[in-house]
Amino acid sequence: MNLYQQFIRGSQFWAFVKKEFRHIMRDNRTVLILLGMPIVEIILFGFAITTEVNNSKLAILDPSNDKATLHIVREMEASKYFNVVKIIHSTSEIATVFNRGEVDMVIIFGNDFNEKLNHTGGAQIQLVADATNPNVAVTLNNYASSIILQYQMELMMQQKVPYQIKPEIKLLYNPSMKSSFNFVPGVMGMILMLICAMMTSISIVREKETGTMEVLLVSPMKPLNIIIAKAVPYLVLSFVNLVTILLLSVFVLHVPVAGSIFSLTLVSIIFILVSLCLGLLISTISDTQVAAMLISGMALMMPVMLLSGMMFPVENMPKPLQVISHLIPAKWYIMAVKKIMIEGLPLKYALKEIGVLCLMAVVLIGISLKKFKIRLE
Amino acid sequence: MKIVIQTDGLTKQFGNFTAVDNISFKVQKGEIFGFLGANGAGKTTAMRMLCGLSLPTSGKGMVAGYDIEQEPEKVKRSIGYMSQKFSLYEDLKVWENIRLFAGIYGMKSKDIALKTDALLKQLGFESERDSYVKSLPLGWKQKLAFSVAIFHEPKIVFLDEPTGGVDPATRRQFWELIYEAADRGITVFVTTHYMDEAEYCDRVSIMVDGRIDALDTPKSLKNQFNANNMDEVFHQLARKAQRSDN
Repeated sequence: MNLYQQFIRGSQFWAFVKKEFRHIMRDNRTVLILLGMPIVEIILFGFAITTEVNNSKLAILDPSNDKATLHIVREMEASKYFNVVKIIHSTSEIATVFNRGEVDMVIIFGNDFNEKLNHTGGAQIQLVADATNPNVAVTLNNYASSIILQYQMELMMQQKVPYQIKPEIKLLYNPSMKSSFNFVPGVMGMILMLICAMMTSISIVREKETGTMEVLLVSPMKPLNIIIAKAVPYLVLSFVNLVTILLLSVFVLHVPVAGSIFSLTLVSIIFILVSLCLGLLISTISDTQVAAMLISGMALMMPVMLLSGMMFPVENMPKPLQVISHLIPAKWYIMAVKKIMIEGLPLKYALKEIGVLCLMAVVLIGISLKKFKIRLE
Repeated sequence: MKIVIQTDGLTKQFGNFTAVDNISFKVQKGEIFGFLGANGAGKTTAMRMLCGLSLPTSGKGMVAGYDIEQEPEKVKRSIGYMSQKFSLYEDLKVWENIRLFAGIYGMKSKDIALKTDALLKQLGFESERDSYVKSLPLGWKQKLAFSVAIFHEPKIVFLDEPTGGVDPATRRQFWELIYEAADRGITVFVTTHYMDEAEYCDRVSIMVDGRIDALDTPKSLKNQFNANNMDEVFHQLARKAQRSDN
């Protein structure tokens, strides 16, 4: 009871929290990482790293050179996706332009294109793309196909074909297909994980390294309180980051918060707890700051980047990887954020994700407390 | 005289390895007690048990009137500790370090402020109040670390090789601080591997292979082993060690 009262009166506890803040604020590098990184990442992921492919270099091989082919080429040139950089005259040149890296895609029209299009219906067009980067190739293919389809549609309209099926595609939640809608939840997951897990583990291990942890353990301060006090500043900072990321995403990337802020905060708190426990766990198994950083980097950041669905869809991965991805807290957090923030669904639709995160939190708190006690002995 | 540390058959085993083997000794209030031994002799393990960091496998220990097994929290509140590794925060200012540790030991803000002024004056550190600890010379840091360790007026202060890497002149100044603390009634429990420092202690124990092989005043130890100084005493005992240096 006495200890509890001391905790509430808290001079001991708050003296320690104050000290933690001083450590952070006096280390310029840490401040830069903590406050600058979210901004840099949001801007990088929002603008630089997009799955949109603009201004691709296009070569045309057009033996027909008639009304129809010229129209299609003009449409290509007019779109922001393509720049026609070269006109080639024989199929033998195709390999050359690709080899020289002059173009990303070649469009080859058949002979007598307009003639065949209007009469036999057998006009031929071939799209050749450089698939060394398959994602880019597929995207370019889609852009080009849709432009050609568009033209075909126009023709049909002119010829007044009585019945035609005109597919209308509607893209839900992200009508303009902006990749930032996918990246913002991902960056949130990554930043919170990084700050809570990596920074907490480093700051605990630093005390082990410098020998101050020994002095703290000999002091009457309870080990659990030491850990909580060390986590408090990172908790506060991760909230600052959460707010920064949301403000940037709304006002700079124009990604709205469609759902309730309250639900979003609740999910984030649970995820932050999970991350803090992971950090604590890492601090118990590493003895140097470098080791803590490497473990956080390899065991946390890589899986978050690769397996959380932030960059690559989990659904397309081989089964074993899909199973592993279930163990990654960030995956569930990102799914929940997508539902709440982007799709604007009420909290009850994210109950599964929240449940999984809570379960992870409980298990991790249990393990890390046990580990921490064992280490003390 | 009042006994502040008492152990009775204190033993610590890690698996088959007996790190501390059935040690029994008493330390009196205000005494400067030297705790000597080669690396791996079991000094650190014994000290960790006395500080309430590690539970004994068997045997009993009382520190400051509390059982180390039953009431480690009370033990911790009655002692101060300074380790060989420099134990203050380099990126905090002098006064912030004092304030932090005083706060951790539950002192009141008003007392801390008054005592900080007095301490800085006594050490002649008034101008360094707002300096970062990392900017101080090593000798000053050690003195400050010791002063912080006894700032909350513990009954006993444990010093784990406190003068490692410090030049002889500074070491002497450091020992003056130790004497002052002992005069105020603070018991000093110190490990060292400088044998000249062993001569400064009231009584000295020498650990070999987890046991205490000798315990007496430096003067009687020298008589007993027919030696000119503590260095010779230590080497006569250490030669018998079965364990390697680690």
